[in-house]
Amino acid sequence: MGAGRIIKVSGPLIVAEGMDEARMFEVAKVSERELIGEIIELHGDQAYIQVYEDTSGLGPGEKVTGTGQALSIELGPGLLESIYDGIQRPLNKIYEKAGSYITRGLNINGLDRDRKFEFTPDPSLKEGQEIKVGDLLGEVKETELIIHRIMVPPTLKGGILVEKPKAGTYTVEDVIARVKAGDETQDVRMYHRWPVRTPRPIARKLVPEVPLVTGQRVIDTLFPIAKGGSATVPGPFGAGKTVVQHQLAKWSDANVIVYVGCGERGNEMTDVLQEFPELIDPATNRPLMERTVLIANTSNMPVAAREASVYTGITIAEYYRDMGYDVAVLADSTSRWAEAMREMSGRLEEMPGEEGYPAYLPSRIADFYERSGRVVCLGSEGRNGTLSVIGAVSPPGGDLSDPVVQATLKVVKVFWALEDQLAFERHFPAIGWLTSYSLYHDNLSEYMRNEVSPKWAETRVAAMSILQKEGELKELVRLVGLDSLSDTDRIVLETAKHIREDFLHQSAFDDVDAYTRMEKQFRMLETVVKLHRACESAIQKKVPLKKLLELKAREGIARMRNIEEDKMEKFDEIQEGIEKEIAGYSADSRQVEA
Amino acid sequence: MVTEYTTIGEIAGPLVLLTDVDHATYEELVEIELPSGEQRRGKVLEVNRDRVLVQIFEGTRGVDISSTKVRFLGKSLELAVSPDILGRIFNGLGSPIDDGPKIIPEMMLDINGNPINPYARIYPQEFIQTGISSIDGLNTLVRGQKLPIFSGFGLPHSELAAQIARQATVPGSESPFAIVFAAMGITFEEANYFIRDFQETGAMERVVLFINLANDPTIERIATPRAALTAAEYLAFERGMHVLVILTDLTNYCEALREVSVARKEIPGRRGYPGYLYTDLSTIYERAGLLKGDKEGEVREGSITQIPVLSMPDDDKTHPIPDLTGYITEGQIILDRSLHRKGIYPPVNVLPSLSRLRDKGIGKGRTREDHSNLANQLFSSYAKSKEVEELAVVLGEAALTDTDRSFMALGEEFEDKFVRQAIDENRTIEETLSIGWDLLSKIPRAEIKRISEEYIDKYLPGNKDIDAGGETAGKKPESGSETAEEQS
Ligand SMILES: Nc1ncnc2c1ncn2[C@@H]1O[C@H](COP(=O)(O)OP(=O)(O)OP(=O)(O)O)[C@@H](O)[C@H]1O
Ligand SMILES: [Mg+2]
Repeated sequence: MGAGRIIKVSGPLIVAEGMDEARMFEVAKVSERELIGEIIELHGDQAYIQVYEDTSGLGPGEKVTGTGQALSIELGPGLLESIYDGIQRPLNKIYEKAGSYITRGLNINGLDRDRKFEFTPDPSLKEGQEIKVGDLLGEVKETELIIHRIMVPPTLKGGILVEKPKAGTYTVEDVIARVKAGDETQDVRMYHRWPVRTPRPIARKLVPEVPLVTGQRVIDTLFPIAKGGSATVPGPFGAGKTVVQHQLAKWSDANVIVYVGCGERGNEMTDVLQEFPELIDPATNRPLMERTVLIANTSNMPVAAREASVYTGITIAEYYRDMGYDVAVLADSTSRWAEAMREMSGRLEEMPGEEGYPAYLPSRIADFYERSGRVVCLGSEGRNGTLSVIGAVSPPGGDLSDPVVQATLKVVKVFWALEDQLAFERHFPAIGWLTSYSLYHDNLSEYMRNEVSPKWAETRVAAMSILQKEGELKELVRLVGLDSLSDTDRIVLETAKHIREDFLHQSAFDDVDAYTRMEKQFRMLETVVKLHRACESAIQKKVPLKKLLELKAREGIARMRNIEEDKMEKFDEIQEGIEKEIAGYSADSRQVEA
Repeated sequence: MVTEYTTIGEIAGPLVLLTDVDHATYEELVEIELPSGEQRRGKVLEVNRDRVLVQIFEGTRGVDISSTKVRFLGKSLELAVSPDILGRIFNGLGSPIDDGPKIIPEMMLDINGNPINPYARIYPQEFIQTGISSIDGLNTLVRGQKLPIFSGFGLPHSELAAQIARQATVPGSESPFAIVFAAMGITFEEANYFIRDFQETGAMERVVLFINLANDPTIERIATPRAALTAAEYLAFERGMHVLVILTDLTNYCEALREVSVARKEIPGRRGYPGYLYTDLSTIYERAGLLKGDKEGEVREGSITQIPVLSMPDDDKTHPIPDLTGYITEGQIILDRSLHRKGIYPPVNVLPSLSRLRDKGIGKGRTREDHSNLANQLFSSYAKSKEVEELAVVLGEAALTDTDRSFMALGEEFEDKFVRQAIDENRTIEETLSIGWDLLSKIPRAEIKRISEEYIDKYLPGNKDIDAGGETAGKKPESGSETAEEQS
């Protein structure tokens, strides 16, 4: 702690002297308005502070006080359905207090102090028993969708439960239990504060082996992400990063979603705010908002808070993971976070690295994605939880040699490459099938085999190789024309077209098409691959190419996407149709030969 | 009493450094008096103990070290607003430059504004008919959107922007748009083109102009869009008007920012533009939209729709100015030199153009049920026609299949009939859509994959399989079995 005076103001950076007692990463209150800042560098008694609010009107001589606390957020019931700025100030409360515009010096708690929650204690607890960090004390039904588990927080020490929790309605500040550690009796409340830059402790990490099912065919089938995995989606403006993130926020089968709008558009957050309460989760029949937390630090909001927003988001996500949930963090866009770092670094006059980014950019990015994972949580229960992280990257000019893209690719296991050519053709999602990759195929293969189909891997590989072959053939056609291709090659082109147009292409704005269950995804792709095999062997049997190109069955394939999830037998019909039709032609051609 | 300083220590580019200043604050407005008696204005960029760095909007020419006086005004740059600003012309800092009376302020507003709380926004969804097919049909503008025009030297962006300003209406709503027009570093002729257009169409009484021409002080341009948007916010959210803001040319604005950054010896970002260009531009572009009322559930009257115009250096979309703009705005309309050379006006290249708010602003009850499907089909068919065109260049037209040729034909007509229109041609959305459907009748029905059968049956002219029986080089699935499929 300590009080000092401003000596310098340069944009979001201020320098204060007389800060002998200050500590690194301590939060400071700046000027009479008590603007919130964080100490990011110390030189003697001078503290360099990044201020999370607009600094105009500040000048030398004004007071700066340390708070003794690192930048922390409040964790407890009431997070879900909230919309926060980058440092966990509720934007709805700010609106109530200040109207349409965000004004300065509004200090509002992240969690509502007046709201009461009905708490049900864990019946197995006995006074006098030993209790550890992470052990369950009881539950609160936070929303219809999510039971909020109240645990001994990692800010306390384990010890003897001297006063066990009782059923009742409490605010987050009420003391619900007491734990004695050594001589010290600690009060346990339903909330605690946690410093956002510090990962929350876990027992240990596990290898992810279950997919995060997103309902997006190109993702789930070709480039899947595991629950507890990490993925990046880079691309130029307008290529579809945000739509992919929104689709995942809507349809992925995580229990809790934390959506971080980091330095992006205001209207995109409004879109989520207006749409999610109306979207009904098919599995639970409840509005999707009930599992969602939004962090919105849009591009016109202060830069420093943008830098903090991704940490605020991932800390909230870790907290729900600690309860044993599958959580996904969607960060749009991590480039804005990196740029905020660059801006502060420039003002600190640090030696710039690549493209002016600070030399520590790669390690910050790695640390962030490392907070993902499938883990055994703290606590005697041995709960498992997963935290998946999906970050968008917005490289200048869409150039993938950008330092943020490169640093991200080093740490994440899934790469969804958005291509602007596809976006121009309105092929969405514009995820390029020849450049994207997922390193989770092996981890997930057992799950897919058991839960989806034993033929899963085989079918996917077949489709991928058809697409690759198409890439090569297209080069050839560009040089010598279509006529030079063999009949088998023509079949490859035709099948690839089905894969692209009737399987990979998926409209986010169509009610049926927006989401496809795994089983249907498999049946769709299986059908295309079966058609391909059938055509290949028909060519062997000298069926004329023209007949195969004009198969009626192709019509059915073009309309597979509209098959309802409960009418899977339709796929059998299409597949039988293919066989019959081709068998007919094969018979014809045998007759001709004979 | 405001203290007066004569302690300028250094002058560099548009910046002066003062020493021995008792009290100055970040972003504070500064008044400078030259030895000649001329008054200028500036703002504080940085305070370091008693040393203060000031950016002078009108430039430092004639400023000297010994006798120039500097006063700190204890506030930031403000704009005087009242309903009387309509019909008036201001300079880039917001002082009237026409012969009209002084504005008696109803309010004084800080031109920097405050960030809109995303929670207080309402998602823009109301279709604006601009009468221009390439916009209305494919890259639809909605009320409250920010949709820039990416142009290039010598392309008709001013004509297009003026045509939008003239023709924009929200079908079913009576009140015309108020227009706030900000010129940044454009020529007298260009600015005059707009002014004359406003005068001739009788729009002048609902227009506010902020004019900083090419020969006006460069640094003043940094304030111009902010002054204009402050006026727009006042008209929209205090006076309940629907405001269309035209900002031209943002490239000149960015160059002014670069000049300051260079003078400050900041570490440059891409192509010498400051690393904070994205953030800076967002504080302009994000000042658009619709707001909730003061209480939950209420809607505030009025809106701000922005049409910024920028020229892409070397027609390069990846240049930092268009690039960062595209990352902030809700789409972009891209003008294309080769279409312009073909004599097509407006030379909108629809493929890389985009309106992100289109999907929620169109469709049943807004434009027409088939709009979205049709637009997607036109995009993909036109893209296909371009692909075929390329193939034809390499292999010759003879190598094309009939289907390929039908796409070529669609592509040509698309540019000629759909994109091309007269500078005073104001098409209704129905006209635009029906031209679109006409184009689709050029290609085999089986190639129409992005439109539901229902709409094809209802809207496709002639509604017959146009190439039935036509012999092709293959590559064409047989069609005609749709009805059976549909029934099942
Ligand atoms: N899956 C999809 N289905 C239909 N349309 C899509 C899809 N993905 C993207 N689009 C279209 O592309 C537009 C741009 O997508 P999006 O906003 O996600 O781009 P972005 O990559 O996030 O761009 P930026 O970097 O500028 O934020 C959308 O507004 C929408 O029209
Ligand atoms: Mg985006």
